[in-house]
Amino acid sequence: MFKEQIGKHSSKVKNVVERGAVKKFAEAIGDLHPIYFDEETGQKSRYKRNIAPPTFPRVLDYGVIEDLHLPNKGLIHGEQTFHYKRPLFVGEEINCYSQVKNYTEKKGNFGEMGFLVVENVGEDAAGNVIFNATSTVIISEAVRKVLAK
Amino acid sequence: MSTITHLQVGELLKDVMLEPVSRIALIKYAGASGDFNPIHTIDDEAAKAGLPGIIAHGMWTMGNLAKLFTEYYEEGFIQDYSIRFRNMVFLNDVITLKGILKEKQGNILHFDVVALNQDEKEVLKGDVVYHLY
Repeated sequence: MFKEQIGKHSSKVKNVVERGAVKKFAEAIGDLHPIYFDEETGQKSRYKRNIAPPTFPRVLDYGVIEDLHLPNKGLIHGEQTFHYKRPLFVGEEINCYSQVKNYTEKKGNFGEMGFLVVENVGEDAAGNVIFNATSTVIISEAVRKVLAK
Repeated sequence: MSTITHLQVGELLKDVMLEPVSRIALIKYAGASGDFNPIHTIDDEAAKAGLPGIIAHGMWTMGNLAKLFTEYYEEGFIQDYSIRFRNMVFLNDVITLKGILKEKQGNILHFDVVALNQDEKEVLKGDVVYHLY
């Protein structure tokens, strides 16, 4: 069902690792270390600035992959990975896009399940990749039936 | 001062026990992450989805689990963080976060990480590759 989408990607979107967003995110995951939001701690650190928590890239805008229509209900987040070249810095500008990496189907206990792998990528201004994050989303038979209509 | 550099294979990071999962915590995560799927915040929507109650965002728990490493930010960074979501986290669950050093190769540390609920059931399981400077 999503096989023909493999390889499709969004256009790059410019994002800023916004100070307020990082603070709000750190608070929401109860990670109140000052390295994320206290300027002095950031300046004294090896990075000379604040950094963002490792799962922060979830909040960034990756644009829209054309023709990839996912329901907002009934999806199961099965797996998630992050790979970093270095931590994300507060205040930096990055270009983000996402791409359909894979789609497979398997027969399981709950009928035919679809496994959709979407990769989110963040690059610096020079085009160097800073992080890639992959999400594996499980699409149940019931949800796929709704989509097929 | 605590340090991750001198941790030996087989040693554990300090466990972290979270406060019981509250609705307000999930509402805050929805706001901070932009994930407003109502099964995480609204009882009726969770029931309609066939769930016994609202469940935490998987990414909320994954975000929490990463804080096992935060205090070591001067020594290195999380290079790889991979998680499988194994079981759902419900309101009032008490989650404990654990990490163990499995392997050391030069400046690369391999950890197994897990989040357990109050019944010792794995809700999240994965691994972290920590890159020392």
